[in-house]
Amino acid sequence: MKKRILFVCGCLTAAVVSTGCGGSSTGENGELNVYNWGEYIDEDVIDMFEEETGIKVNYKTFDTNEDMYPIIANGAADWDVVCPSEYMIQKMLDNDLLLELDYDNIPNISNIDPAYMETVKEFDPQATHAVPYMWGTVGILYNKTMVEEPVTSWNALWDEKYADNIVMMNNPRDVFAPALISCGYSLNSTDSGELQEAAAVLSAQKPLVLKYTTDEVRDMMIGEKAAIGVIYSGEATICKSENENLQYVVPEEGSNVWLDCWCIPSTCKNKENAEKWIDFMCRPDIALMNFEYIYYSTPNTGALELIEDQDILNNEALFPGNEVLSRCETFRYLGEDAEEAYNNLWKQVLSE
Amino acid sequence: MYKKSLSYPYLAWAAAFIIIPLLFIIYYGLTDKTGTFTLSNLAAVATAENSKALFLSLGLSLLSTAVCLLLAYPLALILSSSKIGKSGFIIFLFVLPMWMNFLLRTLAWVVLLDTNGVLDTILKAFGLPRFKIINTPAAIVFGMVYDFLPFMILPIYNVISKIDVNVVNAARDLGANSFQTLYKVIFPLSLPGVISGITMVFVPSLTTFVISTLLGGGKILLIGNVIEQEFMKGTSWHIGSGLSLVLMLFIIVSMVLTSKYDDGEGNVL
Repeated sequence: MKKRILFVCGCLTAAVVSTGCGGSSTGENGELNVYNWGEYIDEDVIDMFEEETGIKVNYKTFDTNEDMYPIIANGAADWDVVCPSEYMIQKMLDNDLLLELDYDNIPNISNIDPAYMETVKEFDPQATHAVPYMWGTVGILYNKTMVEEPVTSWNALWDEKYADNIVMMNNPRDVFAPALISCGYSLNSTDSGELQEAAAVLSAQKPLVLKYTTDEVRDMMIGEKAAIGVIYSGEATICKSENENLQYVVPEEGSNVWLDCWCIPSTCKNKENAEKWIDFMCRPDIALMNFEYIYYSTPNTGALELIEDQDILNNEALFPGNEVLSRCETFRYLGEDAEEAYNNLWKQVLSE
Repeated sequence: MYKKSLSYPYLAWAAAFIIIPLLFIIYYGLTDKTGTFTLSNLAAVATAENSKALFLSLGLSLLSTAVCLLLAYPLALILSSSKIGKSGFIIFLFVLPMWMNFLLRTLAWVVLLDTNGVLDTILKAFGLPRFKIINTPAAIVFGMVYDFLPFMILPIYNVISKIDVNVVNAARDLGANSFQTLYKVIFPLSLPGVISGITMVFVPSLTTFVISTLLGGGKILLIGNVIEQEFMKGTSWHIGSGLSLVLMLFIIVSMVLTSKYDDGEGNVL
C-alpha cells in the first residue's frame, strides 16, 4: 500500500511539473505553429520574430506537398500557417482547408511584386488566401566535365550515353513533367493517352536512371556521382557554389515554374498571430535574409532593391529572364482522378 | 490482486498503441472514401503492379532469411562451443552495430557500394573488374541480411548454448559421429531458436521500405514502398490500409506455419 501511495505521489508531481512547463512554453503574446518546407527559412528570422512580437513559434518542417497535405486534411495537428506550392493551394482550396486572409493585417504585402499576385489568381481567383514567399524553376543540373556537349534539352535525360548517370526526382508530378513536355504536351495534362505516352518514355528511360530521389540530388551532383540531375533552381545555385563544374539550365522545351505561398489552414487557432507572421515574412529585410539563406527567387521587390551584388541579380538560375519564363508553366491541381492516374502510372513504371 | 493491478499500465499501453491503431487500419482497409464497406482495398493487391511488388518482396525476404540462416547457424555453433564465444565478447561485437541508428547503417552501405563509392574506388585502384551492385535487388538482399542478421544469430546462439553438454556427450558415447550428432541431436534441439530467428528476419524484411528506397535507388518497388506511397504521397490511406491487411495475412500464415515447431524456448527477444 505504501508503495502505491508513493507511486501516486510520483504521478502527481510529474503532472504538476509537466503542466508547469506547459505554461511557460507559451510566449507573452501566445504562440504560433508554423509548418514549412525543410531548409526553407533562415532560422535567425524565427528568433527575431519571437523577440519582436513576443509570440512563441513552434516550427516544424515537411518534405513534399504530398506529405503535408494529409496532415492538414486529417487534422492531425493544429498548424496555424503553412507554405504549400500553387497546385497544392488549389487542392486545399477545393477541399475548404484554407482560411481567407485579412490583408489589413498584412500591410507589408505591398512589397510583393503585383505580377506574382496575378499568378496567385491563377489558382486562387480572388487572391485572398495566399501570399507569395519564394518561387523558382525546375531544370537540369549537369556536370560540365561529365557530358559531351552542353545540355539544353530534356532529351539528354533519355540519351543512352548517359546511362547510370541520370538522377530523377521521385514524385509522380515532378517525374512526369519532363516526359510530358518532351512529348510535346502540357505538364498539366490529364489526357490518358498523353499520360500513357509519357509513362512509356519513363519506362524506356528507367534502365538509364541511376536513382529516383528528391532530397539526395544535391549531394549526388556535388559529389559527382551523376552527370545529370533534375533539380529545383535554388538547390542548383547551392550546388554550383559547392562544385564549379556544375551548370544549371532550364531546358528549351520549357519547364515547371513554381510559387510557394504562405497560407492559413482551417486548423488555425491563432489567426492573428499567423497574419503577423506572414506580414513579417513580407518585410524587405526579412525577405532578404531568407533569400540569402536559401537562394530561391524572392517575389519581394523591397528585398530585391536591397541586393547590391550585381552578380546575384544577373544569375540566370536565380532570376530567369522573361524569355525563359515564357516557356514555363505552373502546376495545376488536376483533381483526384487525375492524381490517381499519375500515381498508378508511376507505380507501373517503377514496378517494371 | 497486487500483481494484476501492476499490469494495468501495460494493458492501457497495448490498447492505446496496438489495439486502437490496428482497429483504425482495419476500418480504413475495409471502407472507401465515403466510409461505406468495401473489399476493393484488399482486392487492390491483385493489380499487376501491386502483386508484382508483393511477390518481389516475398522472394527477396525469403532469400535474405535463407542467407541469414546459412550465415548465422554455423556462427552460433562455433560461438557456443568455443571459449571466446562463451565469454560473450563476440556476441557483443555482433550486437554493437545495433546501438547505432538503423537508417545510418543502411546509408553507410550506400556510401560503400555507390558508384565512385569506397568499394568501387578500391576495385578501380587495383585495376580489378568493377561490378555494380547498388540499385539492384541484390543490394536490397544484402542490406536486409546486414540489418537483420543479429536477429537470427541471437536466438539460435541462446538456444544452442543452453543445450546440455551431457546430451551431446551421450550421443557421441552411443557412437554418433560429429555430423550425426549435429544432425540428429543439436539441430532438432535448436529448432525453436531457428524458428524464432526466421520469424524475426522474415517479417521485417517483408515489410521494409527504407532498405529498398536507399539501396534500390528508388527504382525497385517492394510492397512496403507501395504502402508507403499510398500513405505518404497523399494517395489513399484506404488502399494503403487494405494492402497492409493483406500483408498481415502473409505474416500470420508464416507465423502459424512456424509456430508448429516452436515450443516457446526460442523466444528470447
